[in-house]
Amino acid sequence: MTAHPDVRSSAQPPAVGTTAAGATAGQPATAGPAADRPAVALRGAELSYGTRVLWSGLDLDIAPGEFLAVLGPNGSGKTSLLRVLLGQQELSAGSVTVAGGPPGRGSRRIGYIPQQKAMSRGLTLRGRDLVGLGLDGHRWGIGLRNRRDRARRVDQAVAAVGATGYADQPVGLLSGGEQQRLRVAQALVGDPEVLLCDEPLLSLDLAHQRAVSELIDARRRAANTAVLFVTHEINPVLPLVDRVLYLVDGRFRVGTPDEVMTSETLSELYRTHIDVVRVRGQIVVVGAQGAAGADQPHHPMAATGGTEQ
Amino acid sequence: MDKLFDFALTAQLLQLDFVRNALLAAAVLGLVAGVLGPLIISRNMAFSVHGTSELAFTGGAAALLLGIGVGFGALAGAVVAALILGLLSRRTSEHDSVIGAVLAFGLGLGVLLLWFYPGRMSNKFGLLVGQIVGVDFASILLLSVCAVLVLAVLAVIYRPLLFASVDPEVAAARGVPARLLAPVFAVLVGVATALGVQTVGSLLVLALMVTPAAAACRVTASPVRATVLSVVFAEVSVLGGIVLSLAPGAPVSAFVTAISFLIYLACRVISAVRTHRRPATSPQQTRELTLQTP
Repeated sequence: MTAHPDVRSSAQPPAVGTTAAGATAGQPATAGPAADRPAVALRGAELSYGTRVLWSGLDLDIAPGEFLAVLGPNGSGKTSLLRVLLGQQELSAGSVTVAGGPPGRGSRRIGYIPQQKAMSRGLTLRGRDLVGLGLDGHRWGIGLRNRRDRARRVDQAVAAVGATGYADQPVGLLSGGEQQRLRVAQALVGDPEVLLCDEPLLSLDLAHQRAVSELIDARRRAANTAVLFVTHEINPVLPLVDRVLYLVDGRFRVGTPDEVMTSETLSELYRTHIDVVRVRGQIVVVGAQGAAGADQPHHPMAATGGTEQ
Repeated sequence: MDKLFDFALTAQLLQLDFVRNALLAAAVLGLVAGVLGPLIISRNMAFSVHGTSELAFTGGAAALLLGIGVGFGALAGAVVAALILGLLSRRTSEHDSVIGAVLAFGLGLGVLLLWFYPGRMSNKFGLLVGQIVGVDFASILLLSVCAVLVLAVLAVIYRPLLFASVDPEVAAARGVPARLLAPVFAVLVGVATALGVQTVGSLLVLALMVTPAAAACRVTASPVRATVLSVVFAEVSVLGGIVLSLAPGAPVSAFVTAISFLIYLACRVISAVRTHRRPATSPQQTRELTLQTP
């Protein structure tokens, strides 16, 4: 179940980002200027639960401003990778740095966008409160100091995602798309170096999928924020993706979409015959149940086994 | 009942020391209950407050039997209850059944303890429906110290607690220690509940801990405004209830719950009228859709 060297050895294409990936490997975990080091660096990273190895030998640098999509079937460890980067899960082996430091709890250098989930209609929370919590919700105290500065930053973040019109409404009464826009503002209001996204487009309609992914893309271009984007479905973000990390059953491949999203590579990863077809700029994966399911967000499949940890 | 509007008698009674003590105690309680309320609502803890108050009653009954201060007994009972409820039910789906089981046992135990108690009937009754005119200086002191402690701890944990209550997933991602905050908040609620047991009684503690906040949350979605309104509603209910009960000499809790319930109804009506006026598709949504078309 461990990563296979034949797959992994070819998994080091040149980084698409602006800095040379790997150049800063082994440096001490200090917070330097953002452009001098990768935003996320994994070295020989392994994650296993008991005897089950989700992935191992993972070397990965994400450069500032790079957009990395993490793909793979359920149970392949996509969400677990996010949990490692958030500091909620320890690696079994290897090392990880995020924004120049260990994956700290509550670091403001990291923004997080979760899946859209229904919020209680009666929740006592306005849109701007949700965004404000992204700025300082993890700090102790009531937060009476610098209220004017805080309000200004929240206003800016809300305006940047075009949510000014409904920022004073109760969040529970907003549509899923409106809520996800506010989620983007909530993740960006703290000026993060790294943006971690866990299926942020799931259950949104096409217009909102495009709107939300374009907001994320605009941000990383403007502020050089690295984006790690976990998704079942690459097509909505395909034009934005610099590199793909594709995880299947302990095997993985890193590369540009053109390198990874091919019949040959995916067949190797899934160990069965897979056809990757490009239709009108979209990628369609046909083959094993698991492989096809990987690109169908609403149909969790059983073929690759295991549950998402 | 015509005594209800005997203002001269009410004014006369307001001169009395024990009435003033009662009002002071009630004001402190209203403040604490009002501040905690919106968080209790956000965390769906209304039933948990009820369970905690029943166990405060058990603690009070035990204290009565042992001849120590009822206040200390109620406090001990509520804090133990809060810890039990906090530790036993990590899983949300289990939460309500755990409270139900613990609550019923605690209430039964309390009844048994009261049966052993040889003293006056009114002391027993007071634990259930409140005995605010019996508040003396010592209990005001205990009340105030507890209130200051509760508010001080809450001030420290307020922001992360609010974050973890309304947006648990992102709060966890940002490193908010929700597992630590939940039992701390449960103890704060336990202490406040114990304070309420002495004044409005354990059966009616919800009237101050939950109803004012529930009313406030109907009319505003701002956490800060909800807290301010919740305090105002709690103070109006508890102070108004005591003043109205003076002339007829009726139980305080009947008036406190009636006022807080009326406020709650009024807020629901306001909220319903507002929802009715709000158009099905807001202008923002329409604008947003137009903007998205390239």
